[in-house]
Amino acid sequence: MSDDPYQQAILDLARSADGAGRLAAPDGLASGDSPLCGDRVRMEVTLQGGRIDALAHEVKGCLLCRAAAAAIGRRAAGLDAAQLAALRGEVAALLAGQVPTAPSWPELKCFEPVRPHRNRHGCVLLPFDTLAAALDSAQGA
Amino acid sequence: MSFQPAEWRRHFPLLANHPELHYLDNAATGQLCEKAFDAVTLHELTQRANVLRGTYRLAELADAAYENARRQAATYLNAASPDEVVFVSGTTAAINLVAHAFGEGLKTGDEVVLSLAEHHSNLVPWQMLRERRGVALRFLPLAPDGRLDLSRLDAPISPRCKLVAVTHASNVTGAVTDLAPIVAAARAVGARVLVDGAQAVQHGPVDVQALDVDFYAFSGHKAFGPTGVGVLWGRSEALQALPPFLGGGGMIGRVTPEGSSWAMPPRRFEAGTPPIAQAIGLGAALDWLRAQPWPAMQAHTAGLAQRLIAELAVLAGPTFIGPRDLKQRLPIVAFNLADIHPHDVCQVLDAHHVAVRGGHHCAQPLMDRFGVAGAVRASFAPYNSEADVDALLEGLKDALRKLT
Repeated sequence: MSDDPYQQAILDLARSADGAGRLAAPDGLASGDSPLCGDRVRMEVTLQGGRIDALAHEVKGCLLCRAAAAAIGRRAAGLDAAQLAALRGEVAALLAGQVPTAPSWPELKCFEPVRPHRNRHGCVLLPFDTLAAALDSAQGA
Repeated sequence: MSFQPAEWRRHFPLLANHPELHYLDNAATGQLCEKAFDAVTLHELTQRANVLRGTYRLAELADAAYENARRQAATYLNAASPDEVVFVSGTTAAINLVAHAFGEGLKTGDEVVLSLAEHHSNLVPWQMLRERRGVALRFLPLAPDGRLDLSRLDAPISPRCKLVAVTHASNVTGAVTDLAPIVAAARAVGARVLVDGAQAVQHGPVDVQALDVDFYAFSGHKAFGPTGVGVLWGRSEALQALPPFLGGGGMIGRVTPEGSSWAMPPRRFEAGTPPIAQAIGLGAALDWLRAQPWPAMQAHTAGLAQRLIAELAVLAGPTFIGPRDLKQRLPIVAFNLADIHPHDVCQVLDAHHVAVRGGHHCAQPLMDRFGVAGAVRASFAPYNSEADVDALLEGLKDALRKLT
């Protein structure tokens, strides 16, 4: 496996910017900051029966952060809080070196080359953590 | 004494062992010089003992080496006395020490003046003081090129000002602060002046008496010395006026169950076992640095920065933060490349064996002032060469090809 994180798959995922934008009337929202690099992610969600119905994100961050947000934008609708927490755990495990036999989302595989670059793991995880906070905010509303 | 960058590089073991490395993150950490390495090794092998406590010969050797390091630091700063040198863990600890000890005497309505160019280390401790004591913080603004705007010092530095705490040189823009008018304005209202010298001391000896300031802080690891050590220099009468910050062994006069009296500075501010080996290493580094041909070395690093600034203007898309001229400017060059995130640029550069820093550089108010989240920063030391600039520019071109 190459340890160059800038493989074509991750470049394409980031450039897709799936889910980028704002929702007209979000049920919850959250902003997340990376203290290391100053990256900022904003996530907005609407819920239906405790599950994400729609989401939108704004990312002022690096390519890895934008790729993770795009994966979320593409796949996270329909998840509830527990499923999102499990998915976040799967991403963290992947970055720590545990390769899932069948990743929940095919996009997750493109983050494997980030593994040796520990200071960049937070870039990938920030959108997942911010989405969880947005979900909390919606459920607390 | 002549100066050859390649010869100088040989005095740095890590660089000598890694000829492929283009190390351009000197504003964060300079490489350890062999004089410091040798001094630490010699101390640990032949003199290791606690200081200022033992009466056996080994402890006396450690005492002598530690106090010699204090003299070496004092000489580098042209301090009036070694007793004006307090060893701390770094610039951050030095500023926190003053924020606590000097801050003890402040009250609601008093003001501390900072600038928008400060590293978080010279901002957050004062924000914490504001929470504790109710003092107000005021900020010197920045000119468009990143230099401090000193055109109206009388507005922020009012009779309510008790301390001005400013950087000697920005860790982002490299702009050197013109301290003389700030000191004059502070003196006019009876305020003290603290200078964050973390970026300055590695570019040549500093004369604290000529600067006429009250406190000066710097870190060993940026001055080609060990990590975990730094210096707070304080004018004798300024240090003597301060209460201790940390309590413990070594900083007392007499202790009874009812209370304690304090040792005189510098020991009043060195509670517990100090960073002995690190201080000895730093002293050796400063002693060696003091004897270097600084005019030639400064001309060399300025030339590298000047070339990089010129070449960046040719590359597609870079935006540059900081003064373009080399007047009162250190060889620290911060920029953004097209719309590529600084961390992505740095990651691509790493594949070219180019080590630079990207991000907000612990200077978020400055980044906000320039409307950017972060920047790539190349910072030069005398061991850098044209080959390092070549590799950096090749890497930047690769980042443009790959990521735009």
